[in-house]
Formats: sequence, structure tokens, C-alpha cells
Amino acid sequence: MPKLDFSAYDSKGYYDEMFDENNVVRPNYKLFLERLENMSIKKLTSLQHSTDRAQLSLGMTFNVYNDNEGIERILHLDIIPRIIANKEWNHLEKGLQQRIKALNLFIQDIYNDQKVLKDKIIPKEMIFSSLSYLKELEGFKPPKDIWCHITGSDLIKGGDGQYYVLEDNLRCPSGVSYMLENREILKRTFPELFETLGVKPVYNYTHILRDTLEHLTDVEQPTIVVLTPGIYNSAYFEHSYLAQQMGAELVEGRDLIVKNDIVYMITTNGLQRVDVIYRRVDDDFIDPEVFNKKSLLGTPGLFRAYLKGNVVLVNAPGTGVVDDKAVYAYVPRIIKYYLGEDMILPNVKTYICDEEQDRKYVIENIHNLVVKQTDASGGYGMLIGPKSTKAEQQEFIVKIKHNPRNYIAQPMINLSRVPTIADNTIEGRHVDLRPYALYGDDIKIIPGALTRVALKKGSIVVNSSQGGGSKDTWVLNS
Amino acid sequence: MLGRVANTIYWMNRYLERAENYARFMDVNYNLSLELPPNEKEQWKPLVVITGDWETYESLNDSAEKDKVIYFLAFDGQNPNSILNCITNARENARAVRTEITKEVWEQINALYYLVKDGVENKHHIDKNLRGFFTEIKNGCQLLYGMYDATISRNEGWNFGKLGQVLERADKTSRVLDAKYHFLLGSAKQVGSSLDLIQWAALLKSVSAYDMYRKKHGKLTSSNIAEFLILDTEFPRSILACLIRADQSLVALSGRSVGFSNTAQKQLGVLKSQLEYADINDIISAGMHEYLDDIQRKLNDISSAIYESFFAVDLSH
Repeated sequence: MPKLDFSAYDSKGYYDEMFDENNVVRPNYKLFLERLENMSIKKLTSLQHSTDRAQLSLGMTFNVYNDNEGIERILHLDIIPRIIANKEWNHLEKGLQQRIKALNLFIQDIYNDQKVLKDKIIPKEMIFSSLSYLKELEGFKPPKDIWCHITGSDLIKGGDGQYYVLEDNLRCPSGVSYMLENREILKRTFPELFETLGVKPVYNYTHILRDTLEHLTDVEQPTIVVLTPGIYNSAYFEHSYLAQQMGAELVEGRDLIVKNDIVYMITTNGLQRVDVIYRRVDDDFIDPEVFNKKSLLGTPGLFRAYLKGNVVLVNAPGTGVVDDKAVYAYVPRIIKYYLGEDMILPNVKTYICDEEQDRKYVIENIHNLVVKQTDASGGYGMLIGPKSTKAEQQEFIVKIKHNPRNYIAQPMINLSRVPTIADNTIEGRHVDLRPYALYGDDIKIIPGALTRVALKKGSIVVNSSQGGGSKDTWVLNS
Repeated sequence: MLGRVANTIYWMNRYLERAENYARFMDVNYNLSLELPPNEKEQWKPLVVITGDWETYESLNDSAEKDKVIYFLAFDGQNPNSILNCITNARENARAVRTEITKEVWEQINALYYLVKDGVENKHHIDKNLRGFFTEIKNGCQLLYGMYDATISRNEGWNFGKLGQVLERADKTSRVLDAKYHFLLGSAKQVGSSLDLIQWAALLKSVSAYDMYRKKHGKLTSSNIAEFLILDTEFPRSILACLIRADQSLVALSGRSVGFSNTAQKQLGVLKSQLEYADINDIISAGMHEYLDDIQRKLNDISSAIYESFFAVDLSH
């Protein structure tokens, strides 16, 4: 049986996580590669196939939006893991803690004293024009002054081998169930490697999550619920998974009712008071009395109960203002302002189309830039300059001129690659990294992440809705 | 427990029980068709009549042949109660109450779903191994009951699940008996000819009652069979045994063992007592069909009362 051979593996042109530019294996992958090289491609593909089956039987499926067929898909899990050395992880951990601490202070400030605006660190029009800024929250402080309890920042590694933060995701970051289930599957695929390599465990995420939620209320044995839009939501698997793993009730908006500004769930024995809601419904849909009037996903009166302090919402409403891609550009200054520190994890250079000089640059160099809509996510509403046609570029120039506040641009980053199984061979595919942070009595970064991988050759779009898959992420003990 | 969740568990169990029953009916009838004398016509219409979906069937088909009936009952997406739809619904319900069931149960429902879905895609209904397929579905459902039994706490959710299961089971037993009894007695008053024997045995097998019946009564007689399927207190698929089991769950849910604390408990108690003090000879002389029809109607009322009492919480006060 022919063994796997990496002599022809192409590690040129991009930062490869397994091999350096001379095709020499990096230390964090050394033991893993030894294991791989003792395997035939046939054995490897059969391991990959049993993984696909395991995902189906676990019901790890999601529905794709705008898909009339209602087809269930699995998020393809490539069994070659992304392995991160301990030292590299420590750097990431510090950087994320710093960032989240500063962003939390920033949110508290803009809804209260607005010092950051008065000191003109960030233009106030930028904040007030953000669709995610909720005027209703002015003067409000959430329990323990924590706004972003759960964060899933998107990071990428560039050609220089340096990590950059691409997005902060302070609203309802998803994907953590994949981090946890991918690990369970890979432990079955490569059981012996976990012992030899010394991989940090991630299983305690749901325990810490529960502690994080309980920390927010003084009620003994609080009633904690996960609020989901329902079984047709693409992340429903995750909502039910987290509720189950935490021992929380999984509810939909119609299961809740607000009476005298107190939230109850409707049970077979009447009404039962709810103390903490981990909501996986966006701000706009949680309460039709205040926000989207047509929302059927929310519960009338929920926001009022929240403002009165009778229920805790997690993440707090109003955090979305940080996810605005124009606000993102100010994060280095935000960190400096609140913490007096230089940013540990850099941002990607960002041009703000609302500022004249930047706009001019963007329009002139659009063929080299990635243009993004400030309020979009999921890989939608963006233009990848180098891979676009002249007509598409023109279309975006018109859009930018028409509504500059709505666009930013960034240089094209050559995302790093990890070897990935592709049609009976192994080739490099571009990846990003989404670690998860929980903000309780301190900020904990779970040593692991969802590594998303663009399965199409050459593609840099890693979103699951657009042909992306995932990898398990191993953080080494040493 | 959330009312919506309780309702979903109740229906998840009803759908599973229904699918398992359908698989068994068809397997038995298919088996029977292999042994019929050459001039004897195969009886597929009663199968559809049992399920109560004859009207739907007629609107989609012009004759009741084996292939058409099997397709309708097992795979037809247009039949709301086909095995395909029952299993799909059970899985959707399981997904909606994922936090109430265990990993084992969820994975088995999921596996069952893929079994049936693949069956439809691979056109098992024209395949020669149809019986193997029905056996797999039956076994898949029974494996699920076992897992449910072995891994789920006897909490509120379990009791709602049990209620759904046994009420569905009682309904199906009464329907099988109704359709077959009527048809078989039409041909002869007493069980005599060898053809009769096969048919009566098939009736018992349709509800997995053959072995236990033989053990208790030995000889096949129409009145003993009717008594066994309606009034036996030990056989788990008899109507009365199902009602006794349902009553235990309602007592657990209502917290009252004497009398009643809601309409569902009241109606169920009345029906159970009616059967407890019934005599099979009275039932037969008064008319089997009328009697069973009445039971089915009362079972429907009980199901509605469960909905009113537990799932649809009145918020007006």
C-alpha cells in the first residue's frame, strides 16, 4: 500500500501552518506528520468518510438560508487538524482578553457617559448612525457591567505568519458546537495522537458557559433558558446542543410571556419565572413592541423586563455597534483610550469610505482591495477586488459613492493554509480561526477554536453558507 | 416543562408507534399474500381502511393493488400518515425537543429517518427485499423504545411520551380488529377452514399478539381473539392494557390517583372502567363494529382533552 507522500506538497506563496517555505515540517506538526506518513491515502479517505457518517448520525446538520429545497447539509469536517503551538496560543489569549476588556468598556461608555465621543476618539456620527446602536439603552448598565459575555472573534494569519483580528462578533457568535463536536469526532479518528501530542481539552466550555450565565443573577438555582428562533434556523443544532449540554431549557419566543415586566415560560404546570436568557435571536427580533414590529420570533415586553432588571439577556442588546465594520477600524484607538496599552493583536488595515481621503484611495485601488458592507456578515455584501470583474467593481464604486457610511475596504490578506484532503490527494486550503471567549468573573479564552476552511481550491471565502468547511483546532500543552 | 415541548414529545411518540404499526401490518399482509390459494383474491383494501385514510387513498389511486397500497402506506409523501411522513415528523419533533431526550434516542431516531429516506430514494417498494425493509423499520422502532426505556428518566416528559404511545397503540389495535373481524366473520361464523385459520392468525400477528394469545387460549376462536385484543389486562397491546398504562401516566401527571383533576383524566377513567367491567359476549351481541367505533371516538376525545388540559395553557387568567 503506497504511503502518503508530501514531497510534492505546495507550500509556496502563502503561509502554510504545517510546512515552512522549504517544505520542512514545523515543530507543532512534527508528530502528527509522522503518523500521517505511516498511512495510505486510502486509509485516510476511509477515516474521512466515517467522519461524514458520524456527523450525519449526530444530526449536526444545518439548513442553508434561501434554499427552497430545505436541504440539510453537514458542515464538512476535514480530519487534518489545525495545530497551534502553546506559545502562539498564549499570545492569542492575551490579545483577545485585552481586546474584549476594552470593547466591553467602550460599549458601557457609549450608552452612558459617552466620554470616548466627547474626547473625539471616535466621531459620534459614526456611532449614532450605526443601525445597531440602540438609543433605548442610553443610561442603562447591565448586571456586573458585562455586555459581551460570549465572543467569537474571527482571526486570520497573513503571509507574515502574524495573526490579525478580522471581525469581533459580539452579537450572537455561532459555531462553538462545531468546535466541541469536531473534537469528539477527531478523538475517535486519531485516539492515540491526543495522548502523544498533549492537546488541551475544550469539553468544559459548556460548564464555564453555565457558570458565566449564573454569575449574572443573585437568584439561587436560577432558571436559565436558551432562546432559539426554532428548528428552521440554520444554527438550531447548536442552540439545542448548548441548551442540552448546559441543562437549560430550550425555548422559542412563543414559549415566553411577560406579565408585570417579569418574564415567564409557559409550562404544563402554569407559568414559571425565567432569570437568564441566552438568546440566539438578534436584537432586532427579540421584542416586537420595541424593535421589528413584524417579528414572530420574539416576546412582547421582553425588552421592558430587561431594562427593569427583571431578566438578564446574554449577550446584552446593543453590542452590535462594535460589529459595525466602520467602528472596527477604531478598535486600536479604543484599546489605547481605555487601557492605555498598545494593541496586542493587530487589526487588518481598514479604509473608511465615509472619510474622504480613504474613499478616494478605495475607489482608485478597488481592484486590489476587499470591500465590505459595514452591517453585513456571513460573507455576503462584499467584493473581492482581485477576483472581481470591471463591471462588479463599477457597481461597488456606485454603491460607495451613494452611501459611503455603509462601506469599508481592506487590503487582500493571503490567508494561511492548512493541508486538507481533496479528491484522493492533500492540498493546502485557506483557513481562518474563531476562538471563543466567555466573560464572567474574568475573561476566559477556551483553548481551541473553530477553524473554518475554504474547501474550493484558491478560494478565501470560509463561510459555511458559501462552501466552507471546518477543522478541529488543537492547542498543544507545550 | 414547556407546554409546547410536552405536546411535541406526545406526538413524537404517537408518530413512532404509528410507523411501527404500519410496518407490521404490511409485513403480515405481504406474508399472507404469499400463501393464499391461487383463486383467492389478495386483500389490500382493508389495510388502508384500518388506517382511516381510505378517502385520501381513493383520491390518489383508482384501484387497491398491492404495490399501490404499499407505496401509499409506506412511502407516499401525499399521505400524511405514511411511514415516511411519520418518521420524518417524529424526527422533526425530536429535534424540537432535543433537550428532553438522550443522545442515544436522538441518534436512533435520526438513523431511522435515514433508513426510510434512503428506502424511498432506492425504491424499496419495488425491490424484492420489501419484507427485510419492513423488519428493519420495526426493529428500528423497537430499538428506540428500548433506548427510551433504558435512558430516559421517568419524568413529566416520559409520561407524556408514554401517553402518546399507548393511546396510539390502543387506537391501532381497535382499528385492526374492527376491519379484520368484520371481514372474516362475513365469510364464516366459526373459525374452521384452513383459509380462515391463516387469516385469523394474521390478525393476531398484525398486532404481535400471536404467541401470547396461543399461550393463553391455545385454540383460535373469534370471541377469544376479540377478548384478548380488547379486554386482556396482561397483553401490552390490548386496548384495556393500553388504557391502564395511560392511566398510570395521567395519575403521575395530575397528581391524583382517586377521581380526577382534569377532563383528560376523567374521560380516560370512564373508558377504562367501561372496559374493565365489559363482557366479550355482550360486546359481540351488541355489535363489534359499533363498540370499537365508540372506543375510537372516545380515544380521540381523550387526546383532545390532554391537549386542553396540559398543552394549551389558558393565559386569560
